[in-house]
Amino acid sequence: MFDIPLILLFEGLTNGAIYALMALGIVVLYSVTGVINVAQGEFVMLSALSVASLLAGQVPGTVYLVVAGLVLWAVYDVIARLRAGQPLRALVAAVVPLAVAAATYLVVVLAAGANLPYLALILLAVALTTLLGPICYRVIIQPLPRASVLVFLIMTIGLHLALTGLGLAFWGPQPYTIPPFQRGGVRFGAVYLDGQDLWLFGISALLLVGLWFFFGRTLWGKALRAAAVNRLGARLSGISVVKAGSVAFTLSVFLSAVAGVLITPITKMVYDFGFMLGLKGFVGAIIGGLANPAIAVLGALFVGVAEQFSAFYISSAYKDVLVFLLIIPVLLMRSLQHLDFEEHVE
Amino acid sequence: MNAPDGRRAAASRTRADTVAVWLRGGLLVIFLAVLVALPLTAGAFELRLANLVGMYGLVVLGLVLLTGYGGLASLGQAAFVGSGAYTAAILASRFGLNPWLSIVAGVLLSLVLAWLIGLVTLRLKGHYLALATLAWGLVITGVLRNWMGVTGGNTGFGSATGNRIPPLTFLGEELRGDRVYFILVWGCVLLALWLLSNLLRSRTGRAIKSLRTGAIAAASFGVDVQRTKMITFLIAAGLAAVAGGLHTYRELFIVPGLAGLNASIDYLIMAVIGGLTSIWGALAGAGIFVLLKEQLQQWLPRIVGRTGNYEIIAFGFILILVLQYARRGLVPMLDSLLPRMPPRPVKHDAAPLPAREVDRSPGALLELRGVTRSFGGLTAVNDLSFAVERGSIVGLIGPNGAGKTTAFNLITGVLSPDSGSITFNGAAIGSRAPHRIAALGLARTFQHLNLNPGMSLIENVALGAYARTRSGLLGGMLGLDHAEEESVRSEAVRHLRRVGLDEDPHARADSLPLGKVRLLEVARALMADPVLLLLDEPAAGLRRHEKEDLKRLVRNLKADGVTVLLVEHDMDVVMDLVDTLVVMNHGNKLAEGPPAVVRHDPAVIEAYLGREVA
Repeated sequence: MFDIPLILLFEGLTNGAIYALMALGIVVLYSVTGVINVAQGEFVMLSALSVASLLAGQVPGTVYLVVAGLVLWAVYDVIARLRAGQPLRALVAAVVPLAVAAATYLVVVLAAGANLPYLALILLAVALTTLLGPICYRVIIQPLPRASVLVFLIMTIGLHLALTGLGLAFWGPQPYTIPPFQRGGVRFGAVYLDGQDLWLFGISALLLVGLWFFFGRTLWGKALRAAAVNRLGARLSGISVVKAGSVAFTLSVFLSAVAGVLITPITKMVYDFGFMLGLKGFVGAIIGGLANPAIAVLGALFVGVAEQFSAFYISSAYKDVLVFLLIIPVLLMRSLQHLDFEEHVE
Repeated sequence: MNAPDGRRAAASRTRADTVAVWLRGGLLVIFLAVLVALPLTAGAFELRLANLVGMYGLVVLGLVLLTGYGGLASLGQAAFVGSGAYTAAILASRFGLNPWLSIVAGVLLSLVLAWLIGLVTLRLKGHYLALATLAWGLVITGVLRNWMGVTGGNTGFGSATGNRIPPLTFLGEELRGDRVYFILVWGCVLLALWLLSNLLRSRTGRAIKSLRTGAIAAASFGVDVQRTKMITFLIAAGLAAVAGGLHTYRELFIVPGLAGLNASIDYLIMAVIGGLTSIWGALAGAGIFVLLKEQLQQWLPRIVGRTGNYEIIAFGFILILVLQYARRGLVPMLDSLLPRMPPRPVKHDAAPLPAREVDRSPGALLELRGVTRSFGGLTAVNDLSFAVERGSIVGLIGPNGAGKTTAFNLITGVLSPDSGSITFNGAAIGSRAPHRIAALGLARTFQHLNLNPGMSLIENVALGAYARTRSGLLGGMLGLDHAEEESVRSEAVRHLRRVGLDEDPHARADSLPLGKVRLLEVARALMADPVLLLLDEPAAGLRRHEKEDLKRLVRNLKADGVTVLLVEHDMDVVMDLVDTLVVMNHGNKLAEGPPAVVRHDPAVIEAYLGREVA
């Protein structure tokens, strides 16, 4: 008699794990940089569809994005150096991003025609998408060091539009799927877990533990946390806010990119599907107050489970409505907590 | 400045004013002429676009007020367009409600929905409203798409689906077709423009404009920040719902996409392009967006070689680039190129604002008893007790980090104490909101300046009178607040003169050097006609003679019956002025008493002034 709830629970946890990766990326990025990245889910789409292209022996459109971004990076750096009156350094500044661009392009073009093993293509797609992290930071966020949360938010809406549109231009409106990492599965009573489900749980868990270790134990992680608590203080103790921001953006994009290759064998991927995943990650992140990664992860898992249960027991048509309605009681609770006047003023 | 120079400067100012009036007046005349000419001459296609611009413009006007002035972003304005449109359509079609009334009903329902959302988000930081409205937009679209029996689902609602929406009628005439509709739409736009520009000039407008740049300051002068945020959000939602109602009766057919996230983002793009801090920018942004989208939809699919909404790529990049390189948006940028309109002259014979009766009875005006407040592990103020006698000047001093500013924040209600009581004029104020404390006659200046840099000196000072004045939202919007506004402006100039800032009362606050800005803070506090004035380091950055002026001012205030509590590092100023000194260190009170006594207190000398050389 518990078969159905059990199946729903595992299905929910599968999606929830993906939302958790999104939520984690959102919280890390927001804490360190003050950027609420509405485009968090677009990177899911980019990595998944890049794999699909590579499998078909085609060069994925993502590579053009990376190359264009790196060229822009070079231009920004050169301008910055020239303004600082350092023409020689300007030359050097241009070389690095352009060299990375050329190398990336070559690698991807060669790989697309080389019949590489599946795992290699997966890694390549994730790496390619992750490259967009530092690029987005350099080109979009870094030029505005003192912008408000609101301005950043509107800018990432721009990023969401651009990436969604480019996804449509590169891949068209049709759904893509990629094969699971492994065939077969395991049965636990009524619950049949696909091989891909196991990969998904395993890698998500690994990432969570890895991040916990990174933030708790490594110098880089601690520096990032310091930057999150107090940007000025971090700078005074020698932590580069720019570097911390770049690392945070890269990390959050990486989490999305991994989510993309984990979920697509299960659900398929369309150019605008990543956005929805990102938004559900937001619901989890909001449950964690955009600040607490552990609660955000639990919140995201809860979103996944609640979604499955409401789809089955209430209405599958309204499952998204119910998920997004979840944030109303969450916000209400936060509003009712005793707050100083100062705290809700930005 | 000698007389001929002065006259020449005045003459050139008059000339610039004349040019400004002609230029800006000319632009307004051209705009109105185009509005008159369009329905008479334009073709069906142009009129359709013009109506779209008008309806979008209404929504964007609300967004400009909310985001540009109020500093609150909504990513769900289209949801209110949708609730306005669908409510009107369903009520008129299914229940036979009069179409005009159905629009009103749609607006009312949208206001209720917005109020509920505001209730749960407006107490939180600004970006929560953005995220909540984003989610709300998805909820509304989800309902519209799936509640087939009522909304018609994805196929839409209207005659084509068997739900006939009756057209709007006026004096028996059906309002069909874009030519007639143009008058209705742009009539609404002009009305909204007039109401909003009145609002922004009014008492409530000053409060709204302070939300973004200094909500704490606004609250300290009596602005109920939550209520003002709510008003702003409701106006924005109401305008969106009006646009939704108009949309319903223009098309007589509506689809769920109307309420969708993409539409909400479109409105945001329009607002950013036109300029978030300009009501004219709302219309310009809507116009540019409509024309640009029209062109992009023709050209981009040809370039990609496939049909699809590729214009979002362009708009995405436009959004980023505008925010990076032209953050103010189009209209404010053009506005700064044109000469400034001459300021409205101040009527110096305006009726004075009612003043408080001065109470000179002896006794404590302000009393702190055992007040404690900690932040995490740090106790910023510990068991602090002291009293401020009515009519006295009390100095609160101590090294950096002693807890002086925290004490100010506790007294003014910005922070609430963990324990202990604060009494002001007989009322317990420990847990009251700042705006309610301000209303009791308490005014303050800020150590970290808290002014609106974009507003004029007069406007900044006028905010100080918020708790003393009565004009409400409607009075302000309809321009019925003239008499009170004249009184406010003339009194503002008087206080500017009192602190020596009356040279150009219409200059922007950000044109002042740091020291003078502090005096502007003082003038704003005086504008509140306070019983108790809290000055937080007023002498920082002042020159010697300015400090002398400040001392004279504070002494005059005392003679007028104002009680003063002063935090100041400049010992010269403090020792000269105060009747009583309270010394704090590490959150604790170290000493209290007349300056001559405290000055020789060994504990104070050691902790604060340094060890005395024997």
